[in-house]
Formats: sequence, structure tokens, C-alpha cells
Amino acid sequence: MTMKGPFIIDGKSILVTGAASGIGKATALLCAQMGAQVAITDLNGEQLEATFDSLEGDGHQMVVANLTNNDDLQRLIDALPKLDGVVCNAGIIKTILAQFAEKSDIERILNINTIAPIYLTKLLLENKKIKKEASIVYTSSMGGVYNGAIGNGLYGSSKAALVGFVKSLALEVAPRGIRVNTVHPGITETNIYNNTSITPEQLEQEKAHYPLKRFGKPEEIANAIVFLLSDASKWMTGSQLLIDGGCSLI
Amino acid sequence: MELNDFVKEFAFQFDDTDPSEITASTEYHELEEYSSLIAMSVLNFVEKKFGKSITFDDMKAAVTVEDLYKIIIEK
Repeated sequence: MTMKGPFIIDGKSILVTGAASGIGKATALLCAQMGAQVAITDLNGEQLEATFDSLEGDGHQMVVANLTNNDDLQRLIDALPKLDGVVCNAGIIKTILAQFAEKSDIERILNINTIAPIYLTKLLLENKKIKKEASIVYTSSMGGVYNGAIGNGLYGSSKAALVGFVKSLALEVAPRGIRVNTVHPGITETNIYNNTSITPEQLEQEKAHYPLKRFGKPEEIANAIVFLLSDASKWMTGSQLLIDGGCSLI
Repeated sequence: MELNDFVKEFAFQFDDTDPSEITASTEYHELEEYSSLIAMSVLNFVEKKFGKSITFDDMKAAVTVEDLYKIIIEK
């Protein structure tokens, strides 16, 4: 008989935001594959449905929502069951030098990458949607926390802010056994760069800086997120899990 | 934005290069101060002033300041 081990999430109820593509999609698919019931949300209804249709097993739900819109947030909260896991993953990237950053640019990226996940957490806690011993994971980034890059100040600050939030939140929810951690991916092969001025050629050049000579795959970040959702990380809270192919070493 | 104004804005992205050195026919890759940082400044100002996105590949493809202007106008 084989041992099941602690790396399991079957039967858990898990919310994944930004699940229409990239890391969110890979996380939702893996959670479902491992026997969890997944609630997925994203702004992009068409792609979210494609994720939903690919989920293994039963008991999943999808809610198309803009997490910066209060009505959408309330609709999402109302639709959710009590949760064993939350993955706040939805985010955008914007490459812009500080001197060109209009207040509207700063507000947009902070609204989506920082305020939305923090406010969603507040609503989940307020509405008693998070079970005791649950695990909350935020997708932060290597950028802004472990290194900097020209034009990455807005994105980096939006992601670094999550680390600050998690340090205090972890203390606030620890009495209920709820754990809170961040994952920090290096460049991952997702479509997040599609609408930036960064070209595929530049990304290829960037790859050469990675000791492992490649970017991460969404599935590899999902593995780390699922680890944090599982009982295997039961004694981890307030931690930052870096997954960057060694990029920040040099 | 007219070509002349574009050339002025383009020159404004440089700190140490005298604006008078930069004209429509300047081959900007040859300017000593030109770098990826200046290129990003140009991308950002084009986005702000023209409401159009250009890429580093566009910056690479254009030889003169006027070439770049034409690429932007055609977008």
C-alpha cells in the first residue's frame, strides 16, 4: 500500500483568482486534478470558461468578476462556499519609467495588483468564508522583492506591498490556524507580457540571464502554490517562497 | 504631432546630448548617449504623447529619428 503523504489537497475547497490564463489557470487545473473543489474567477469570461471546462472532477464553480468592482466582489463573495484555500493571483504588468508614471498608471496597477487582493481578503474574512486552518497564497513576484529592473517600479511596488500585508495578516489569523504566504515567481511563460512593449526577442535575451537557462512554466509555479495550500506546509506562515530558476542569485 | 515637435521631444529624452545635435536625419543608434534606458524613455513618451505603443523592435528597425516618426504615424 502506498502512503498518501502530506502533499494532498483532495476535498479542499479552493478559490483561485486570475484563473483564465497563466499561473492561475495552471493552479486551478492542478487543484482540480488533485481532488479539490475549485472556485475560479477572472475578468475574461471566455477564457475562464475554457479553464472551467478543463477542470477534472465535480463540484467546481466559476464567477466572471472584475475584482476592482465592488458589485462584482459582493457577487463573488455571495457565490462562494467556505474555503480551505485562497489563491490571490490576478494581476497585470506595466513597464514604465518612473518619470512617465501618471497618477492614473500608478493607481491602475495598485488597484489591480495590491488593493483588489487585500480588499478581497478583507471581504472573505468579514463574511466568514475562510475556514480554520485554511491557507491563503498571494502571487507576488521576484521583481520588486528580490531584484529590480528598469521600468518595473510600479509593478514591483504593487507586488512588494503584498509581502508587507502578509506579514501582519499572518499574525492576525494565526490564532485560527490560518496560514498566509506569498510565492515569488521569476519570469514565467504566461501571456502577461503580450500587451507590453517587451518583445519576444528581448524575452529571449533575458532568458540567458537565468542560471537554469529558461523561464518558469505556469505549472511549476502552480506546484509551489499547491504545496502552500497543502498540509505539507502546515508550519509555514508569513513566508516568501521564491521560484525563479536562480535568477536573483546573480 | 508634427515631425519637428517629435524631434524636439525625442531630443528631450537625452540628458547629456545637446538637443542641437539631434535632427530628423540623425542616426540615433550612433549617438554616444543612446542606450536601452533612452529607448524605454522614447517608448514611454510615445505612449503618453501619441497614445500609441511602439516596441523595442521598432526602435531597432528605425535608423533616423524621422524613420521612427514614420513608424509611429503609420501605427
